[in-house]
Amino acid sequence: MSQLLLASGAFSTAGLTALVSGAILVCVPLLFASLGELVSERGGVLNIGLEGMMLMGAYAGFVAAYHGGNEWLGFGAGMLAGAGVSLVMVLFCVRWGLDQIVVGIAITLTCEGATALIFESEFAQSRPSLGAIDKVAIPGLADLPVVGGKGESNGSIFTQPLVVYLGLGLTVVVAWMLRRTHAGLNVRAAGDAPGALDAAGVSVFATRSWAVLFAGAMAGLGGAFLSIAVVGGFQDTIIGGRGFIAIVFAMLARGRPLWILAGSFMFGLSLSFADWAQAFGIININTDYFLMLPFVVILLVLVLFGRRAYLPAALALPYERGSR
Amino acid sequence: MTDATTAAADVRELPPSETAGHAGLGTAGEVLVRSILPLVLAVGTGAIILAAIGVDPIQYYKDIWSGGVEFAAWQDSAMRTAPLLLIAVGLIVVFKAGIWNLGMDGQFLIAAAVIAGVGPRLEHHLPNAINLILLFLIAGAVGAAWTIPPALLKARYELNEIITTLMMSFIGINLAGILVKGTFQDPTTTTPQTRSFDFSALLPTIPGTESVSRRWPGIHIGLLVALAAAVVVWYLMSRTSFGLRLGVLGASLRSARHMGLDVPRLIVVSFLLSGMFVGFAAATEILGVKGYVRADWNPAFGLWVVPLVFLARLNALAVIPYVVLLSLVSIGGDFAAQNAGLTSKFTLLLVGLTLLFMALTEWIVRRVELGGSYLPGAAARRARGGE
Repeated sequence: MSQLLLASGAFSTAGLTALVSGAILVCVPLLFASLGELVSERGGVLNIGLEGMMLMGAYAGFVAAYHGGNEWLGFGAGMLAGAGVSLVMVLFCVRWGLDQIVVGIAITLTCEGATALIFESEFAQSRPSLGAIDKVAIPGLADLPVVGGKGESNGSIFTQPLVVYLGLGLTVVVAWMLRRTHAGLNVRAAGDAPGALDAAGVSVFATRSWAVLFAGAMAGLGGAFLSIAVVGGFQDTIIGGRGFIAIVFAMLARGRPLWILAGSFMFGLSLSFADWAQAFGIININTDYFLMLPFVVILLVLVLFGRRAYLPAALALPYERGSR
Repeated sequence: MTDATTAAADVRELPPSETAGHAGLGTAGEVLVRSILPLVLAVGTGAIILAAIGVDPIQYYKDIWSGGVEFAAWQDSAMRTAPLLLIAVGLIVVFKAGIWNLGMDGQFLIAAAVIAGVGPRLEHHLPNAINLILLFLIAGAVGAAWTIPPALLKARYELNEIITTLMMSFIGINLAGILVKGTFQDPTTTTPQTRSFDFSALLPTIPGTESVSRRWPGIHIGLLVALAAAVVVWYLMSRTSFGLRLGVLGASLRSARHMGLDVPRLIVVSFLLSGMFVGFAAATEILGVKGYVRADWNPAFGLWVVPLVFLARLNALAVIPYVVLLSLVSIGGDFAAQNAGLTSKFTLLLVGLTLLFMALTEWIVRRVELGGSYLPGAAARRARGGE
């Protein structure tokens, strides 16, 4: 009976809000990173360095937000840092046609070492943390009962940092751009038939370079969101494989951004559910189960309904002008 | 049908640099440039970065040397070689076939957790030697089993193995944690870890490496297992038709099909072998060094080894010196980092930089038409680049 009473708190407004808000916090960094990866993959560049770009973004974002005292400085710095790291990818893989997987692993390892080293030497003693960031309530929706409402300590699920809304908007914009605009068509052509794009008079190098830079900036933003809005500080394990998870989501989405949104939200919900169930004493399950649950489900779906992966034809293949 | 004809064309139209080879610097120069230059550049850049954050790089590198070699440290380095070499050998088997098994960490941890959980329960029922062999085989089988879903999905549906091996890796890492905290939990402690092996139940040391007067703890025979595995894989890859088949598959999938090779079977077999060696790697680390697994333990050796495998150009014997060097740097790096008050992740930085400079060297060398390549199928991929 007491179990039941305790559990009833879980379905209160605060409980449900915590569940969904937790999911959103996990979802947003993944969303940014896999959105970038998706554009890059559609353009024919497999970006395995995503983890490193997120780390660099997380560190740069943290430093800028800490010294600048403004979260937007941090997000901007994170995007710049991510894009800066992806310049290596542009140079090595797009320009010089070197193996994308090798360069990607190199980027991840280098960034992992570099951020840990620099953070340790700069902030070894202080290990500072950042304050909470401003949240914006959507007028009307934020007052809805059940999922939030006025006067709740946690606020409503419609009261989130502004970047979260930007991320949602960006998903729709990227989906629309890839599908309906000329730039999107160019990106898709760079991945599916770079020769045809070249013949049409559009530079494959330029198109792919922009796609890779976009991926880097998005990964950096995702990392910065993690350090600034979620953790409120930096640790060298802050990304914890999220970059690789984002790569998996981008590949599974088969080029459709809205699937990424659905995928990362489900992933977030799965993790958040574990915390929520534990916090309200419904079940006491190891969070490890929920960390691996999404992947088990995806694998089962793949095995049961096994189908070919629809990846761009020229993915991970360098483009060399004039070669067949 | 078009597939087959273009595949034939692929082979015919390899760039001249790939077939003619050695135009520029001669063999000795080539070896020097390709194998040493990336390392030198990485160490140099590492020194600049160290100096930039106010650490004396010369002292740091000295510390790496003394922490990795002097006194009994060389034995730690030698023992670290065993798992790294076994993973490298496992990677060579798949990379040769052009398959990207990036799920090494999951395969490693799940194998480690299983034998650390099962081992202490078997301990007193069987003779120790049989016990150890059994645990090695279990680790190999678990590692191999962990590659089955990616292998089947690639062989049957051509599903990209990077996605599936990464997913299996996440599952493996979490499942290992669940097993260690649950089924295999040591009942005598609240720390989430497995029961420890008896000291006498661990791998025996190589005769002559143990010395009380010099305070040498001894090197376990896992190192010999790793060296033997390297020789076997070298032979398999360079002297048997199986190795040649994998090489053809790695160079061009369409050529392999055109030649009538059983591509799905090759994919599955190379995946299983790779997982098995990674499982053996876990066995050497658990049965030789650790003796137990804690839930938060994840050495993440997998990605470290990737650059070495390419530096050695997928040659299982040539990779040995690189692995020895990495072991030394990783053991000595901990000591140097401690002395300088830094994180030991500097090792990762060195490894990543080596890989980057290796790619850069590849590009420079290609420009001067030195011939040869670090990477499997690079030539074929370049030839297909424009399709």
